[in-house]
Amino acid sequence: MKLFLEDGTLTAGESFGAPIDAAGEVVFNTGMTGYVESFTDPSYAGQIVVLTYPLIGNYGVPDPSAWESAKVHIAGLIVSEYSAQYSHFDAQRSLSEWLKAAGVPAISGVDTRALTKRLREHGIMLGQLSHSGKKGAFVDPNADNLVAKVSVKAPSLHGSGPKKIIAIDCGMKENIMRSLVRPETTVVRVPWDHDFTRDAYDALFISNGPGDPTRCVATIEHIRQAMTAGKPILGICLGNQLLSLAAGGKTYKLKYGHRGQNQPALEKGTDRCFITSQNHGFAVDPKKLSKEWDEWFVNGNDGSNEGVRHKTKPWRSVQFHPEACPGPTDTAWIFDEFIETI
Amino acid sequence: MNDVKKVLLLGSGGLRIGQAGEFDYSGSQAIKALKEEGVEVVLMNPNIATVQTDLPVDAPAKAAPKTRRTRPARAPQPDQKFADTVYFLPLTKEFAADVIAKEKPDAILLSFGGQTALNLGLELEESGVLAEHGVRVLGTPVSTIRDTEDRDLFIKRLDEIGVKTARSEAANTIEEALEAARELGYPLMIRAGFALGGLGSGVVQDEPELTRRLEEVFHSTSQVLVEENLSGWKEVEYEVVRDRADNCITVCNMENLDPMGVHTGESFVVAPSQTLSNEEYHRLREIAIRTIRHLGIVGECNIQYALDPRSGDYRVIEVNARLSRSSALASKATGYPLAFVAAKLALGYRLTDIKNSVTGKTTACFEPALDYLVLKAPRWDLAKFDNAAAHIGTEMKSVGEVMAIGRSFEEVLQKALRMLNTGLDGFVLGKHSPSLERALDEIEHPTTRRITALAEALHAGESVARLHELSKIDPWFLEKMRNIVACEERIAREGLDQSSLTRAKRLGFSDKQLAKLTRSTEGAVRTLRKRLRVTPVVKQIDTLAGEFPARTNYLYLTYHGSEHDLKPGRRSQIAVLGGGPYCIGSSVEFDWSSVQALRTLKRERHDTIMINSNPETVSTDYDMSDRLYFEELSLERVLDILDFEKPQGVVISTGGQIPNNLALPLHEHRVNILGTSPANIDRAENRHVFSQMLDELGIAQAEWAELTTPEEAARTAERIGYPVLVRPSYVLSGAAMKVAYDADSLIAFLRRAVDVSSDHPVVISKFIENAREIEIDGVADKGALAIYAITEHVENAGTHSGDATVVLPPQRTYLETIRRAKLITKRLVRALNITGPFNIQFIAKDNHLLVIECNLRASRSFPFVSKVTGHNFIDMAVRAMLGKDISGHYRTVDLDLVAVKSPQFSYGRIKGADPRTGVEMASTGEVACFGDSFSEALLKSMLASGMRLPKGNVLVSVGGEESKIKLLPIMRLMHEMKFSLTATEHTADFLRQHGVPCERVYKLRDKREPNVGALLERGSLDLIINIPTSAFAGETTDGSIIRRKAVDLNIPLITNRQLAEAFVNALLEQRGDGLKTRSSAEYSRG
Repeated sequence: MKLFLEDGTLTAGESFGAPIDAAGEVVFNTGMTGYVESFTDPSYAGQIVVLTYPLIGNYGVPDPSAWESAKVHIAGLIVSEYSAQYSHFDAQRSLSEWLKAAGVPAISGVDTRALTKRLREHGIMLGQLSHSGKKGAFVDPNADNLVAKVSVKAPSLHGSGPKKIIAIDCGMKENIMRSLVRPETTVVRVPWDHDFTRDAYDALFISNGPGDPTRCVATIEHIRQAMTAGKPILGICLGNQLLSLAAGGKTYKLKYGHRGQNQPALEKGTDRCFITSQNHGFAVDPKKLSKEWDEWFVNGNDGSNEGVRHKTKPWRSVQFHPEACPGPTDTAWIFDEFIETI
Repeated sequence: MNDVKKVLLLGSGGLRIGQAGEFDYSGSQAIKALKEEGVEVVLMNPNIATVQTDLPVDAPAKAAPKTRRTRPARAPQPDQKFADTVYFLPLTKEFAADVIAKEKPDAILLSFGGQTALNLGLELEESGVLAEHGVRVLGTPVSTIRDTEDRDLFIKRLDEIGVKTARSEAANTIEEALEAARELGYPLMIRAGFALGGLGSGVVQDEPELTRRLEEVFHSTSQVLVEENLSGWKEVEYEVVRDRADNCITVCNMENLDPMGVHTGESFVVAPSQTLSNEEYHRLREIAIRTIRHLGIVGECNIQYALDPRSGDYRVIEVNARLSRSSALASKATGYPLAFVAAKLALGYRLTDIKNSVTGKTTACFEPALDYLVLKAPRWDLAKFDNAAAHIGTEMKSVGEVMAIGRSFEEVLQKALRMLNTGLDGFVLGKHSPSLERALDEIEHPTTRRITALAEALHAGESVARLHELSKIDPWFLEKMRNIVACEERIAREGLDQSSLTRAKRLGFSDKQLAKLTRSTEGAVRTLRKRLRVTPVVKQIDTLAGEFPARTNYLYLTYHGSEHDLKPGRRSQIAVLGGGPYCIGSSVEFDWSSVQALRTLKRERHDTIMINSNPETVSTDYDMSDRLYFEELSLERVLDILDFEKPQGVVISTGGQIPNNLALPLHEHRVNILGTSPANIDRAENRHVFSQMLDELGIAQAEWAELTTPEEAARTAERIGYPVLVRPSYVLSGAAMKVAYDADSLIAFLRRAVDVSSDHPVVISKFIENAREIEIDGVADKGALAIYAITEHVENAGTHSGDATVVLPPQRTYLETIRRAKLITKRLVRALNITGPFNIQFIAKDNHLLVIECNLRASRSFPFVSKVTGHNFIDMAVRAMLGKDISGHYRTVDLDLVAVKSPQFSYGRIKGADPRTGVEMASTGEVACFGDSFSEALLKSMLASGMRLPKGNVLVSVGGEESKIKLLPIMRLMHEMKFSLTATEHTADFLRQHGVPCERVYKLRDKREPNVGALLERGSLDLIINIPTSAFAGETTDGSIIRRKAVDLNIPLITNRQLAEAFVNALLEQRGDGLKTRSSAEYSRG
């Protein structure tokens, strides 16, 4: 099996996924666990993922109740070593069996550290995994409206509590739903372009999702209208970018994004720093925020934006993933605070 | 932050099982962090062989070398941070209180010196010493420490936040413990509170066993925990850091291969965890953070879990509110400088104030992402002890460890096994493979050989399922082991081509292993490999898995890669080979020497490369060298590194025997070995050549012969005359050495314990009784002696030099003897054309001197002689190797102080071992103290190694007429000093005959009262002097039981006649005078 990159790099390895070819955007993730959660995260749609941790597949794949969506979203997988023999009481099948069933190709035996450094220096590249060994066309997944592909198709109702939350699903991870649905809440999960502005609700949630935020024109417009209602808003990841865009801000593409479970997020105006789970290729430009908005969090490593908040209104969003899965659970309090403000 | 100007740092004392070199690392990093903040550091630690007790190399020099004038002034070294004041003193409340009263520090740090420092800190706090002098405890508050140390409190505190601990009852008496056990049911686990490394802990099957164990444990602890048995659960640890602003991170998690039931110090440990799902990893992480916040730890701590492999259920086992062996490992595993950061946090900094020192840009408030894995393997040395049980369990017995870094489990497993330096080529069959039945037994009831037994069972075709059932080791690890065996079998069948060679190297096979499999040679495999371009790549450890650019110099080699992370260093660089794993005979002193070599090379403007495999060291801190290769000290791997780096030269003489043994093979591969030529090193190592050289030089030696059958050996012994010393050649620290007093015992020993053959000849030499031993440590330059220090042993010859009490300057050696020793030394130095460090051991009887051995490398005593004389011997040795002029006049005999070095034993850990010194080295560490007189230094030094000054009751049991007569004066002295003497039958009769009153007790086997057994159990003895009969024969007698009991019941014990004399005389001399609390600088100022 071969891996072709935009810059001409060619790497050979062994196939352990579906015996097909696939193209996508090649990104790297530095998490040491959590491949099941990551691969089912819709934000990875269209991406070929390089895992920097060298041993993958150790604990197999559990049943779908532990996944972050109903299917595998990554376009392909690149690892150093695949553990064909897995061991875990929760496991139902091997990673290889799972990927094969999902139709996702995977390659092992690659110097993933060298590849990661290349992506870091060159920036994210398009690539192709070729089972046939022949080079095919590169495909930029961001040219598509990925959100439209991964969002739910129709609204659905969850829970029966008094606080009614509209949750815009741009590719929402299941653990966000698990975090929002509580005895005191009712969550209406709506498609990315659903016009909820005339619906009755108490708070708005904007989910994570794949791709370039500026393509979600309808969502941004709905958020802008919702702001006139003044109700609490919380955004996560893509939601952070969409809220910022709706507030008149700008986003840009990072050279190689943040994908991992060890990203420090400093809370502005405090001494606090939280270890966060992240998966994003685009970011909010803090310099382009309007005067009514502040940065809420910044990245402790590169200073990039990790969240924004309105100076007076209960509108906040974070670039990282307080719902974790995979990754640390240190910022789960953000859900608690959001629900309390409703 | 700025209100702390002066800090007292407590060290951990002599290295012992459960508390070893890792605290040199943590203390050294703490000093660095404190000095960076301009804080004055007072260090209290009697471990003279550590890096942390160093003072700047130039400061205490008393005799300026001649060359000094011509050398350019040295620039200040901002990267070298030293304590301002060092006290080589026993870590006792009395001495610590004195130091505090004298130094008046603002604050004290308790968490960098292991359990010893923590316990001492608690004592100081409880007794009001800290409050009296207004000394603040920095970092984790004392109340929190107490919460973590007292098991009852601990369980209660965790209960408050709904965190599960093992079901457990604390008991303060045997009756309470038995009661708790009846409630919990057997089998169960007992754990001793306030114990280092799980001393006195273990799985207990029934009530009689419990009763027996409790009697023992309650002598060294006041509290025991009786707990539910979690054997077979996974054991997982997290290293947690928290600052005063409540920011909290887990730097690393680690998974033990050996499940619960085997102490983590006895386990193979992998980082990060391999078999935990994301849910488990982060659930335990969240609990760790919740717990640490609730307890209020500031700084670093370690939390240990049991995790049920069937359900994911968990229990918190313990929290160590201090730096630990695990935190040192985590530091090395991740590149995150835990001790350094913990010290900064203790000063009041927040995590966000500190930079990640690897990247230099990103924040220290992050969690390292690894793109490799590490495996720690324990190093045991039980063969050094007669009767020691080889089973491992909840008590720690290992004396050292290694850490292998790689990108597959198979790779790190095989690397680690080779790093241990116990003769294993990897995950292979043992030398003497037992039956499969025996191997399976060792897998089920783990011994130190379990890993080899697993290889044997897999070779025999046992299934992973079966091995999992027996061992409870997770099948994931066992499958990886099976991969190695399968690959081995395939190569043996099909031979090597490019693809099988690549695969084998990725599975961690060495060239030597492959050579054995294909009936080739290591060199031929290497040549083939290079021709086929199957070579390893150099990878960096950068804490962020490549996400950010890092100029890190922390490196390892792997075959799982296609390109090097960096380019070779500068041509002027020099490599230093480290000492490898700590074991009996090779310990922190070689790390000290290696670190000095790095420092001197740097000062002389060379870039440095460090190669070492031991995570408990300072030399493997990545800021000690320009490039750190955390790698095997094998010919293959060292050549791989040298092939890549092409350094100008290699220093092999500061790391002990492992690098020393590489001198000749490296030389044969055209490596430039600095200092004495490898050919001359070999002349000193080769017994025949060396002996012939001594004859030619007219230097006397003990008569010896090398023989290949027991019968020949007996005939030779008859000719030389008994007693004789029996030893195999080419071994470190005299493993398997014995003294035989007659033909029967000689032949019995050779048949039982030694494999005598033409491949394994045995050396028989005359054992000289009642002789004294002296040593010369020195440095020479092109065959001329430059500096030397002569030390004298308190014990007579026959006690291994590593177990001897050593004095500098000599107290009882005639000037004429010293003159002759120096003369012999000069002759040897010239004959071997030595450049660099060396050590010569002599036996002295009257003025007659015999040479025992000569090592052309730094010895164990180099840090001792360097710090006592104020001249850094390694610094001089390295400068000599670089061709610098080191001539000068150095004062090393006529000193203003007396220093005594005492061995630190760990007998308490080695169940069943007879705690008598002999020709086999048994000590795990050493301490040294200074005094105005021999007696002052001796008492301090003995106290520092665990002796307590007797107040009332002394038991005396002296074997043999000669010893009784020789010891009569000091017995009389003890009586006059108002000690109450009790003696066993013959000793008592003898004392009474000579007018020394004493209580008489019957021997154990007499079963009559008053019996010595009951006396021991009563716990009222302050000291036992037990001198064995025939000094060095192996025996199980009343004496050996008394000695063993003394250790188990924690009663101070002296087993050597000369030491007993010196001790009692010192007691007399020091009465009323007191032992002074003076720093090393005060002593060297005179």
